[in-house]
Amino acid sequence: MVPFLIIFPLVLAVLLYLIKAPKVLNVLTLIGGTVVIAGVIWLTISWAMDGFNAQLLYKDAHLADHFILAGELILMVFVTVMCFIHKRALLSLLSIIPTLAIAYFELFGPKTAEVEKINLDHLSILMCDIVGIIGSLIVIYAVGYMDGYHKHHKDVPDKRNYFFSVMFVFLGSMIGLVTSESLLWMVFFWEMTSVCSFLLIKYTGEEQAIINAFRALWMNLLGGAFMIFGIMYFGYSEGFVGMHQMISAGTVYTTIPVACLAFAALTKSAQLPFTPWLLGAMIAPTPSSALLHSATMVKAGVYLLIRLAPAMSGTYVGIMVSFIGGFTFLVTSFMAISQSDGKSVLALSTVSNLGLMVACAGVGSADTVWAAVFLMIFHAISKSLLFQDVGSTENSLHSRDIEKMHGLLYMLPKHASFMFIGIAGMFLAPFGMLISKWAALKSAADNTDLLLIIFICFGSATTALYWTKWMGKLIAHPHGEPKKVENVSKTSEMLSMTIHVVMMIAVCALFPIVSGGYVNPMVSEMFGYNGQVLSNVVLMILVSIILVVFAIPMLAYFNSKSMDITIKKAYMAGVNVGDNSAFVDAFGEDKEAYVSNYYFESFLGVEQNMRKLQLFTTLWLIVSFAIIIGGEFL
Amino acid sequence: MKTSIILAICYFVFAPLIGGLLEGFDRKISARMQRRVGPPVLQPFYDVIKLFNKENQAVYRSQTWLMYTYFVLMILTGVMFFAGFDLLLCFFIMSTSATFLYFAACVTGSPYSNIGAHRELLQMTAYEPAVLLACVGFYLVKGSFDVVTIANGSFSAIKYLPGFFIAFVFILTIKMRKSPFDTSASHHMHQELVKGLTTEFSGPNLALFQVSEWYENVFLMGVVGLFIINSNPVSIAVAVGVCLLTYFLEILIDNSNARMKWQKMLKVTWIVTLLCAGVNLAVLIFV
Repeated sequence: MVPFLIIFPLVLAVLLYLIKAPKVLNVLTLIGGTVVIAGVIWLTISWAMDGFNAQLLYKDAHLADHFILAGELILMVFVTVMCFIHKRALLSLLSIIPTLAIAYFELFGPKTAEVEKINLDHLSILMCDIVGIIGSLIVIYAVGYMDGYHKHHKDVPDKRNYFFSVMFVFLGSMIGLVTSESLLWMVFFWEMTSVCSFLLIKYTGEEQAIINAFRALWMNLLGGAFMIFGIMYFGYSEGFVGMHQMISAGTVYTTIPVACLAFAALTKSAQLPFTPWLLGAMIAPTPSSALLHSATMVKAGVYLLIRLAPAMSGTYVGIMVSFIGGFTFLVTSFMAISQSDGKSVLALSTVSNLGLMVACAGVGSADTVWAAVFLMIFHAISKSLLFQDVGSTENSLHSRDIEKMHGLLYMLPKHASFMFIGIAGMFLAPFGMLISKWAALKSAADNTDLLLIIFICFGSATTALYWTKWMGKLIAHPHGEPKKVENVSKTSEMLSMTIHVVMMIAVCALFPIVSGGYVNPMVSEMFGYNGQVLSNVVLMILVSIILVVFAIPMLAYFNSKSMDITIKKAYMAGVNVGDNSAFVDAFGEDKEAYVSNYYFESFLGVEQNMRKLQLFTTLWLIVSFAIIIGGEFL
Repeated sequence: MKTSIILAICYFVFAPLIGGLLEGFDRKISARMQRRVGPPVLQPFYDVIKLFNKENQAVYRSQTWLMYTYFVLMILTGVMFFAGFDLLLCFFIMSTSATFLYFAACVTGSPYSNIGAHRELLQMTAYEPAVLLACVGFYLVKGSFDVVTIANGSFSAIKYLPGFFIAFVFILTIKMRKSPFDTSASHHMHQELVKGLTTEFSGPNLALFQVSEWYENVFLMGVVGLFIINSNPVSIAVAVGVCLLTYFLEILIDNSNARMKWQKMLKVTWIVTLLCAGVNLAVLIFV
């Protein structure tokens, strides 16, 4: 089933690229998305029927090995051509040198032990489900969205075939990435996702888009280069190229390869100092932001770190990673406060939440990994919903500024409600993210990790600030009559968002089952013992509280309907002009009352802080690598 | 189990009475500090009863149900606390309830109540780290987040958590809306805020706000008591004494300080949190 899930999207991508007729394109994309969803569900069920056992498959797929190698070389040529077209020739070295090195390693390097190519265990199946289901829903959403997008952005050339095609290439590569056991396969799919991200960011073809696309490319290629170096080092010193050997080798020689892979994961998850590429990636059409830059691709970094967690536990690599993660969690949540652009807030909050997952994985104990896995599940669903919603709202409202969303509930009620639920899912009791954050805090306390505790306590406060003020804008009554806004969202968009909302609430309600039936076995598979942080009793209590917390506003709402309430004007020091929209100013003229949120751009803004933070974290990484390498050879 | 239920019911029934009385004494003592006679001790009750009997006026209908949600979730917080549930969970529900208060204020689109609401958010940002850290502190010394377990240990938590206690009392000033941190809903009319957050609440809505505050104050005093209490019954009396002293301290601070700007509030609170709770935490972990 796995080869089908990798190859089918790739083949479909080629087909889509060749089709120009929009209707055929849309239908094929919808069918393709549905097939991938069905495929991962089938994979999950058939794997579950086999008894939830970890399986290593395809030991002698030598032919496929050659294809992978050929793919890597083609990718290198493609990247080089792209660099030359856009006059960034030097950048191509970041692709050429590592690719040639790994090709040399594969063809003429030491004889490494035969490894299986595909690994099916709890973690990879979970990732397949996240990528397959959420990813395909985003593709389905994109069908409707791109229609509205091109109506709204008349200046952008309509290259939908290209867009959908790259999205499918990405889906295939991502499934390949999370199921690879052979590190040589993994690095190929890793580079594929980097290139997909690059291609989607430069979609509009504007100058700024190209600059941002290349920034994303070089940062991810740098990560890829580290990864290749790590794999080769491991291959030369130990003679293995399998993920399992890397984790369980238990000799001193794995420290440097693990550090290199962890470094690659930090670039992919856009942790500081690599955060700017993800912020720049927001220039792409929203489905790609939802798919690559929030729900799935950036999770590849977290996935890799969770895989490496047993090897990082208690080592200096773990300290390096968890500090970067915790620090990123805190400072990016500060910066998110300063943004009024909806997508920027989502981007920074994505980096911030990824930081928390990275920190948990870096600590590398069973319970922090338990928390990281739940953070990942809930974040993928909520964030994907939020991105889609902001995108659809932008198509109708022609703006994604949060200030413009003042009173959105009275202009686009469905969008505003979904957005409200999505945001509530990110930080409010009793939704999943908050519970996972709680688990993270508890496991940090259990590991007596001082910095992580402080990062979480302060980071939660700032996180709540930027989300709550956004929610306030959505429900605030508009100044004066609500604007008439035409809802241009298509069925496919609403369908995908509705499924997300249902999934979000369902996963919260099923928390104890997901925990007991899936995540606990996953953690025991990795660590040999169970890392459940919140006991089943606590989870059950939580689920019942979910019902109460949902029921109270409902009851209050219906109760208030029958209440006798006299409607009065808002207080404006007694100088209202007839309604709540304006007052009489000092010159005796009408002045519109406008209420804006706080943003504190002057000291929390991204521009004035990013350089300093990058500098600091780069120094930290350099010092850490020096310590790691020094510890190895001295 | 039995005591938990009794305590929870007691909280539900008596917290507004205790909270109201505390406020009555608060007003009396404040008045004496300012060389006034002050209102009778039962004045807060008269006020609330009068407010409940007034016509329900609002800028938008939705204010009312948002206020009710705030009110019920606030009670739920305290009930869960006194029933001995998980302390972190109590604070999470409290944040959720505070968020509903924020919604009730900013749904109006009214300038004064919006400014108040935004400042309320900043206050939440200011006090939350200290609250979460206090929970972690309890967990580290008592091995559990459950209020029952924390309250029944053989020693008082404050023995190991003096820094956390100071930080918590510090943020109490914010939570109890006292000067110098009454930035979101000022005590006095005719200032730049005109009662901020509560500007657009009147009649029954304002009464709900008032009663929720009483519930909240009793809950917060409960947390103060949790620092003291242990399995020895004498500690209960000591805890009550410490709570009353803390309340008196808050009144004193209230009457001897002018309102701070919120920027300064945020800075000062976080510095105190880091210095007291943070250092205490470091000591717990490393020593």
